[in-house]
Amino acid sequence: MVDATPAPLVNPRAGQVALRWLLFAILALFALFYLMPLFVMITTSLKSLDEIRSGSLVALPVQVTFEAWRTAWSSACSGIQCEGLRPYFWNSVALTVPAVAVSTLIGAVNGYVIAQWKFRGANLIFSLMLFGCFIPFQVVLLPMARTLGFMGVAGTIPGLIFVHVIYGIGFTTLFFRNYYVTIPVELVKAAKVDGAGFFRIFWSIFMPLSLPIMMVTVIWQFTQIWNDFLFGVSFSQAGTQPVTVALNNIVNSTTGVKEYNVNMAAAIIAAFPTLFVYAVAGKYFIRGLTAGSVKG
Amino acid sequence: MRRITLTALVAVTLGNPVSVLAEPQAEVLHWWTSGGEAKSVAVLQQEFAANGGTWTDMPVAGGGGDAAMTALRARVLSGNAPTAVQLKGPAIQEWYEEGALADISAVAEAEGWVDVLPASIAGHMRCEGTWCAAPVNVHRVDWIWANAGVLEANGVSMPSTWEEFNAAAEKLQAAGIIPLAHGGQAWQDATVFEAVALGILGADGFRKAFVELDENALTSDAMVAVFDQMRILRGHVDRNFSGRDWNLATAMVMNGEAAFQIMGDWAKGEFLAAGKVPGEDFLCASTPGDGFLYNVDSFAMFNVDGDDKRAGQELLAKLIVGKNFQKVFNLNKGSIPARTDVSLDEFDSCAHLSAEDMAASSEGGSLLPSYAHGMALRGAQAGAITDVVTAHFNSDMSSADAVEMLANAVANSM
Amino acid sequence: MAAWLERNVPRILLAPSFLAVLVFVYGFIAWTAWVSMTRSRLLPKYEIEGFIQYERLFAAPRWDTAMNNLFIFGALFIVVSMLLGLLLAILLDQKIRTEGALRTIYLYPMALSMIVTGTAWKWIMNPGLGIEAMVRGWGFDEFAFDWVIDPDMAIYAIVVAAVWQASGFVMALFLAGLRSVDEEIIRAARVDGIPTWSIYSAIIIPSMAPIFLSAFIVLAHLAIKSFDLVIALTGGGPGYATDLPATYMYAMAFSRGDIGQAASSAMVMMTVVFAIVVPYLYSELRAKRG
Repeated sequence: MVDATPAPLVNPRAGQVALRWLLFAILALFALFYLMPLFVMITTSLKSLDEIRSGSLVALPVQVTFEAWRTAWSSACSGIQCEGLRPYFWNSVALTVPAVAVSTLIGAVNGYVIAQWKFRGANLIFSLMLFGCFIPFQVVLLPMARTLGFMGVAGTIPGLIFVHVIYGIGFTTLFFRNYYVTIPVELVKAAKVDGAGFFRIFWSIFMPLSLPIMMVTVIWQFTQIWNDFLFGVSFSQAGTQPVTVALNNIVNSTTGVKEYNVNMAAAIIAAFPTLFVYAVAGKYFIRGLTAGSVKG
Repeated sequence: MRRITLTALVAVTLGNPVSVLAEPQAEVLHWWTSGGEAKSVAVLQQEFAANGGTWTDMPVAGGGGDAAMTALRARVLSGNAPTAVQLKGPAIQEWYEEGALADISAVAEAEGWVDVLPASIAGHMRCEGTWCAAPVNVHRVDWIWANAGVLEANGVSMPSTWEEFNAAAEKLQAAGIIPLAHGGQAWQDATVFEAVALGILGADGFRKAFVELDENALTSDAMVAVFDQMRILRGHVDRNFSGRDWNLATAMVMNGEAAFQIMGDWAKGEFLAAGKVPGEDFLCASTPGDGFLYNVDSFAMFNVDGDDKRAGQELLAKLIVGKNFQKVFNLNKGSIPARTDVSLDEFDSCAHLSAEDMAASSEGGSLLPSYAHGMALRGAQAGAITDVVTAHFNSDMSSADAVEMLANAVANSM
Repeated sequence: MAAWLERNVPRILLAPSFLAVLVFVYGFIAWTAWVSMTRSRLLPKYEIEGFIQYERLFAAPRWDTAMNNLFIFGALFIVVSMLLGLLLAILLDQKIRTEGALRTIYLYPMALSMIVTGTAWKWIMNPGLGIEAMVRGWGFDEFAFDWVIDPDMAIYAIVVAAVWQASGFVMALFLAGLRSVDEEIIRAARVDGIPTWSIYSAIIIPSMAPIFLSAFIVLAHLAIKSFDLVIALTGGGPGYATDLPATYMYAMAFSRGDIGQAASSAMVMMTVVFAIVVPYLYSELRAKRG
């Protein structure tokens, strides 16, 4: 690796090895900084409550126990139901998967229209959508509650999906539009000459090119929706509460006894899907961004 | 669902007393989500089920009910209100004024609530002459907890005046012990503040200032003295108090790192959970001064459609104030029953003290609502006061400035 | 008819999203503006009372603190995240063998919500429990890291946690940018003997201008919406020293039953957003027209 041709930053002639080590040292130092909270969470989740009460919070566990993990997954109390995170976890899956799919699809179509089928006012519509990304969600809670009631989906998973799709459109459209503007307009023109219509061009030319940006959008939306608490707590009812609400119930009780080990285990379990997505799809993320979405 | 709705419909058209036909249903929004609290609620759910009801649990924890109140607003605005909601203090009357609450007077009268509840607590459960909420418990807020061993080793006894407390604190500090375990979160600052205020202002002064928001009382010299005492207390907490959870502060008292903690009686649950014995390992006493600050948890019933749900509300209200639930729940929670005719045989010495003081202060007119826990004032005013209290406690603001700021904040919150 | 349909397909497809945004963003902003003119408390009311809520808002010391914090926090968070993100991206771009693992480590915080990491950060930053206690335990008795308990410094502690969460994402943006710079130009510059650092500063970084803009928008959006972070880490404390407009608004609307006040703070907040986003949109769309 040291001999690898163009090593861009480091001058290959002098002090290369030393610089290389310095580089690694810096990178490792930052890795420590980023890993620190995860380290604290994992070690705490493996301790017993007594050990947490008596020992240092950042020390390694003396006696490793997985009891807290079991409790968090299947028997921690969130209210009178002591079934752990499990039932809520599946609620989250049931709302995140369709919401991500629908908002991504809508974003793709919108991006395609705005980038490649410009009509008067398209840019204005795009800016209006973009500004919509910035609206603080606390503002929309109450009028949205009214709307959901009016539509008859208050407290249901379809209602939550609806909300997430609406407020996801801005970002998904932004991602796809910025990606599709890098595709030459001549492509569409040529396809039109060949007699291909709007949908043909979308399906057979744009979709096959879209995998990288699709990954970016899916990762972004998945993270946003899975981690959402505010909409989840406001627009759910008994039986449709997502995992973040259950996590909050386990972690944030006001006057109850706090079980830090269970809290930390629950936190890691609740975060597992997003961590998994980032670890597995992370390289597509960079690739997707590289492929053009950030060129603006 | 459809079957039940049909039954109800038939019942209505035939003019039958529907509650006989409808199966009691209740969706209950509350923020008792973990550990002992959750177990306490489960007791209610079991009783509810034993009486043929179906309980749907809707727990939302966080911020002492903030998140639950967010969910509640969204639910009410979407026309999908929960059947019963953990709600307390003037918020009950506020929701009533919005036209959102159901009338449970029939149950209250049948069960004779007026005879078994202390008058001031019953007052919180009534909206313009009707009963609109059911009380669960009485938490006392103005408690001071102490590590018995630490006090004995340093020759300190439980203080009965703030001067005694200050003297004891100096002595403990000299001995290298943190005098006061405290968590620097706004609501905890407010909890200590109101205990100090009750002691210095007295019951009448407290009522004038924090129930009636009388401007003279808010700007009085006595109020300056309250902030002075807060500044002294600030000197008796450790350096790392900021942002600490209350239960970690309790743990400091437990393991002898600190001597005292000023906190409501939910702190007792932490001591008991760690196997400590009241009177031996830890001591409880009211904070210096006369009076009793209560924090009463209660459930309000919301306007809902469907006779099954209405039957659920009536059953729930009846069970909540029922003797059995009042006993079992409060044994778990550290508080005492709201109704006065429950036997306290199984309760510990701190609970006995609490019940005696409640009865005495109820007679003497010094049974007062806690402002810090949302019993005395609307949220906007209570919040405005807490902002000043916590700003003063966490800076070097002078007491005179704090008093001026307090009056302005209260005026601005109206 | 079919021809008309064919011609208007793009408009028809965009229409539902457009309508949704119109109603659910702009309609709701208008609703908020209306409510901010009322005396709404527990639930929204619709009788206009004038600018009373704005007067109350600007008379509240806590709101001043919140706005000041937004500017301190926003500026530092955006600048530090960008610099750190750029630095990490450049370092990672040096053909590092372990790039995949390191990238994931730098990126993972974005995947976690602050409900999850707040407690851990709280402990790490707490002088009695975390870093300070640890370093003192190694024998450095004078070492102090107590930002989170100091009212004047606590907002910087929030910046640290926020940078931790978002800088990996910015790193990813910049890394993608570095990878899409034309290799030929770099090779040519190298052949000309231009030192590496000036290749970066004179050629590569300037060519990534659009990425700076994208990163800025993502970060500004995160800064303005920062809410969980503050609630989890300091709860707004010590006192209300780390209050931000979003936490102020939430407290007013939902814990204090003062919805009119919350609406007025939301309007002020959105004005700030508007002032930041509109220039971006303007430059973005102008570039596209050219």
